[in-house]
Amino acid sequence: MPTSTKLQEYWHKNLRMTGFLLFVWFLATFAVIWFVRDLNKFTFLGFPFGFYMTSQGSLAIYVALVWCYARYMNKLDKKYGVAED
Amino acid sequence: MSNAWIGYIFMAATFGLYAGIGVMSRTADISEYYVAGRRVPAVFNGMATGADWLSAASFIGMAGTLYLSGYDGMAFVLGWTGGFVLVALLLAPYLRKFGQFTIPDFLGARYGGNVARTVGVFAAILASFTYVVAQIYGVGLISSRFLGIDFTTGIFVGVAGILVCSMLGGMKAITWTQVAQYVILIIAYLVPVVMLSQRITDVPVPHLMSGQVLQKVTEREKEIFNDPKQLEARALFQKKADDLAAGLKGQPASAETERQLAELRAKAKAPTPHAEPFPGEDEKTRDTARLNFMALAACLMIGTAALPHILMRYYTTPSVKEARQSVFWSIFFISLLYFTAPALAVLVKFEIYTKLIGSSIADLPAWISAWAKVGLVQIDDINHDGILQLAELTLNPDVIVLATPEIAGLPYVVSGLVAAGGLAAALSTADALLLTIANALSHDVYYKMLDPAASTPRRMIISKILLLLVALVAAWFASLKPDNILSMVAWAFSIAASAFFPALVLGIFWKRANQWGAVSGMAVGLGVCLFYLIGVKFHGMTPWFGIKDIAAGTFGMPAGMLTVIVVSLLTPAPAQAARDMVEHCRYPNLRNGALDEAA
Repeated sequence: MPTSTKLQEYWHKNLRMTGFLLFVWFLATFAVIWFVRDLNKFTFLGFPFGFYMTSQGSLAIYVALVWCYARYMNKLDKKYGVAED
Repeated sequence: MSNAWIGYIFMAATFGLYAGIGVMSRTADISEYYVAGRRVPAVFNGMATGADWLSAASFIGMAGTLYLSGYDGMAFVLGWTGGFVLVALLLAPYLRKFGQFTIPDFLGARYGGNVARTVGVFAAILASFTYVVAQIYGVGLISSRFLGIDFTTGIFVGVAGILVCSMLGGMKAITWTQVAQYVILIIAYLVPVVMLSQRITDVPVPHLMSGQVLQKVTEREKEIFNDPKQLEARALFQKKADDLAAGLKGQPASAETERQLAELRAKAKAPTPHAEPFPGEDEKTRDTARLNFMALAACLMIGTAALPHILMRYYTTPSVKEARQSVFWSIFFISLLYFTAPALAVLVKFEIYTKLIGSSIADLPAWISAWAKVGLVQIDDINHDGILQLAELTLNPDVIVLATPEIAGLPYVVSGLVAAGGLAAALSTADALLLTIANALSHDVYYKMLDPAASTPRRMIISKILLLLVALVAAWFASLKPDNILSMVAWAFSIAASAFFPALVLGIFWKRANQWGAVSGMAVGLGVCLFYLIGVKFHGMTPWFGIKDIAAGTFGMPAGMLTVIVVSLLTPAPAQAARDMVEHCRYPNLRNGALDEAA
């Protein structure tokens, strides 16, 4: 079914944001695991940095990602007139 | 006041609280029973999801696993938090907009018909049942230890506690009980760690201080790993294992001997440094360990985003907007615990490595013998020097969290609090899982397939009877004390990831996905996953790329995804109704028939 251009634009912006955040999620998870030995050469708060990322850093990134998405989308809803209230 | 009374009071007070909330939230309204009337504000839904999510394994087992496996245990920390990013980005808002009652509901509506719904019901029950058995087992374990009743009685006391909430008020009662349970479990988790951190470092923030403590642990490891007495103890364990194996003379060993042999070999093995990722003898073992770490993290994340009892929670918020915010609160509240677990493991390791190892066995603190009595701590002075070497101490992972208050020298009240927290974690997860199973049977099977004309009171009665039956069957299974309970829980993630994730996500993001694609995709995903994990675990199949059975979803999920795509493309496009439904889910609110205007 053809959808109005405005709605299509809304959906594409959503997809772009989702893709970007998934990319960050991927880096925070799999890139950190893959390179953990190299990251461990640095020290942060007394932790080897790779160890720190896996035990705290990546978790903080996840929380931030979900927060960003909620904020971005709730604004986008308003802008494109698809908000619920 | 005696310790037994502290145990009774904590149990009675928390059970009373949950039962009180359950009674106050009793309901006869079908929407309140299934989705709490869709009136749960984002923050509270976040807390309830937190309690839903944090199970006996997270509360009791996680820090212990990190203690024993060091860095390599961290796949659980990443997997069980990162999964919520997928929930937030790919599922929660769309499911909320769809706005029905269960996950099979979505599959039924999107892929038109009862076949997709039936496969969904089957997978939902398969994934949830092993999980709920593990929770009830945890309830039995804690209540028997802290109330001094026997294990089976403990299980049935726990099930009674679960049923008081869910039978009377369904999702509504469960939600508000879970909010209370979250508060109790997070306080119970944080208090002993904060106090331990204060004692070791003089700063009550374990997350910041555990880095320095980790350095000290690493220093200490160098001394105790290479202590001649430690090496001697390990050699003696190895000799004992070899003697035992030689005694078999090639005969197949009994299960008991197998267990002893494995235990001795584990004691003889060289310990690995806490902070070192993927320890191994050569580059190849290390690479396989890294691959397994990644595969496990991926399975746990995708599984998280496909477990029906979690996804169901996002049906209960008032709006799509609040559903999005609610995932944020969920991951926030959940990561509070997962943030703390690695710090707890490091602090406890420091205490044990510096205070226990190398000290005289006659003067060990009292908690050692107390937990040795229940078999969770084992001391074996194999070289008879009267001094404790690392190899001579065996800790069960469950003991770390439960004994932290005693390790830190805190009053017994804190132990009571920790037990109450563990119980809250197990009960709240069990609540949600039982409701998921009962709803799949009562709503999807009975109401949607067998008797669509059933009246509301009849649906409620059926649902409550099923809840009772499922609870009793699960309790019976738990009372058998199945051996593989923990690995079975990890399987639930692979099963959910393989069966649900492709059909759900493609159902939202790809309009072309159709009934045939989804049904065959779910079947193939589930089939590959089960084939792999049963083959590797029980039939000695050679693992593909060295991936362990626990991460079977690594193969099941992509197989399912590929099947959905290929089969959908080979068969006719879905009907207009399905495409309209996808459009409907994608926009939180289509005012003034925006779609018609476009068409």
